[in-house]
Amino acid sequence: MEQVVDTQAQGAAVASDTKTKNKLSLKVIKKDWQLYSLLVLPMVYLIIFKYVPMAGNIIAFRKFIPGGSIFGEEWVGLHYIQMFIMDAAFWHVFKNTLLISTYTLLFCFPAPIIFALLLNELTSKRFKKFVQTASYLPHFLSVVIVSGMVLQLTAGNGAINSIVHYLTGEKIFFIQEASWFRSIYVGSEMWQGMGWGAILYLAALTNIDQSLYEAAKIDGANRWKQTIHITIPGILPTIITLLILNIGQLMAVGFEKILLLYNPLNYDTSDVISTYLYRIGLESSNFSYATAIGLFEALIGLTLVFSANYLSRKLTNNSLW
Amino acid sequence: MKESTSYKVFKVLNVIILLLIVYITLFPFLNVVAQSFSGEAQINAGKVNLIPQGFNLETYETVLTDKTFWNSYKNTVVYTVVATAISMVMTTMFAYALSKKRLAGRKFFTTFAVFTMFFNGGLIPNYILIQSLGFANTMWAIVVPGAISVFNMLIMKSFFENMPEELEEAASIDGSSTYGTLFRIILPLSKPILATMVLFYAVANWNSWFSAFLYLDKKDLFPVTLYLRNLIKGATGGLSTGATSADNLTQIAANIKSVTMVLTVLPIIMVYPFIQKYFVTGIMLGSVKQ
Repeated sequence: MEQVVDTQAQGAAVASDTKTKNKLSLKVIKKDWQLYSLLVLPMVYLIIFKYVPMAGNIIAFRKFIPGGSIFGEEWVGLHYIQMFIMDAAFWHVFKNTLLISTYTLLFCFPAPIIFALLLNELTSKRFKKFVQTASYLPHFLSVVIVSGMVLQLTAGNGAINSIVHYLTGEKIFFIQEASWFRSIYVGSEMWQGMGWGAILYLAALTNIDQSLYEAAKIDGANRWKQTIHITIPGILPTIITLLILNIGQLMAVGFEKILLLYNPLNYDTSDVISTYLYRIGLESSNFSYATAIGLFEALIGLTLVFSANYLSRKLTNNSLW
Repeated sequence: MKESTSYKVFKVLNVIILLLIVYITLFPFLNVVAQSFSGEAQINAGKVNLIPQGFNLETYETVLTDKTFWNSYKNTVVYTVVATAISMVMTTMFAYALSKKRLAGRKFFTTFAVFTMFFNGGLIPNYILIQSLGFANTMWAIVVPGAISVFNMLIMKSFFENMPEELEEAASIDGSSTYGTLFRIILPLSKPILATMVLFYAVANWNSWFSAFLYLDKKDLFPVTLYLRNLIKGATGGLSTGATSADNLTQIAANIKSVTMVLTVLPIIMVYPFIQKYFVTGIMLGSVKQ
């Protein structure tokens, strides 16, 4: 009986929680220890595997000796920062990163919108379902498989070259020519992401009030006008939110894919910050220098995310936090 | 309502465009499948597009009798099962605790997790950490570091938040503990989200190769994605012990690569009908409330 009263009191406390917040204290934890116990492992995990590496970035300013402390041995100040600022190779990969990510945004961002709009015009539900189902498939592939496919398709004896050869009588060794790398990369990103990217737009499209279309028809608007004046404004909030999210992720190029696809012959266009620091750090064992570069990249990314979020909140009242 | 002629023309064009998109989407798959049944000479001559040329099953026989291949395949299965199990336990615990309004410091714990989505330690500090934990060349380097995907956790959290509170209140009045409520009431009602999460994690784990590439040197620990990566890159070992039949070839034949690709994708294709349904629900849930 006592227990019932107790839990009822707890229930009342729960109800009032929405107004007065619980303060984290030993007493609170003791009373509800089972709930707090669920947090222990996840928090330990986050600290060890997320926050310790964050703190590990300190070696961008400290000398690191393999086998020594993961936080380095002694302060060297801005030595490694100066090193990459003076490093022409760094600025080259910096430029490559910006170019690849800008092209990706330019081509891969609108593609799902257009695809969703085209799907929306289909009258046959079954055909629509079929196209959608097929278009999601690449999304579930490992980047290793996608890269394997890309390399086979663009090979000298690959399918793309059989068309090129038929048309021009010549062959292009795509993966060995730096001038082709960005197209290959962006093309493969689009191939893999377009169908999947359309999901959110398709959902937004179904939420558009159908009576708007009826009214427009009575006013004599044709389908194109309806698209311009009803459909696009209807999905605009989704477009803006996703655009801002994408800008926030601008620095995050597909490191793994580039690592799988690039080779010294196309480094000139394919080498990006993450692949460069991978080689500096793990192939040349220059840990501190690579960390400095990584930290710089992460800070740009963080700034972009925060600015994008700020803009989003100002412009659309829609933000991540 | 009559449709204008131009709209009718557009509709026909639209179907053609979408069919073309489907064709381009599926072509690489069909091409790889066709190559896997073709002869090496025909592939090298650039003759294989959608239909196998020089049809044979020998390449499949070669790969399927290769011990290294089977060993990597087995590793992938083990890593996927173990990593998914760890992830499910950790993510569920975390998401459930964070979904409770009575949790003191709820906002702090959530922010603590969400921050890691936007800023992470980066390649080198992570690498140093895994090395100094002694995880290199063990399964733990693969299955532990990715245990919680904060994105997945947030999706699950919002699912728990949307469950009617009366359920738990009734249970706690009946004297059920938090553990009891979680196991006997919440989890049985959360099968859709649990299935979604298992698929999210399992597919990600099946597909992953990079942590294996970073932390594993021993060939007998490689997952199949890394085995495939080495075929694709034409890597000839050198990194480690135990040369294998495939490694003795400097240039790996295209048909061998194709067969390995087909066999690696096969499980994904087989669960694809289920995945598709759950993933779409999952991404919708996630977008409703981030």
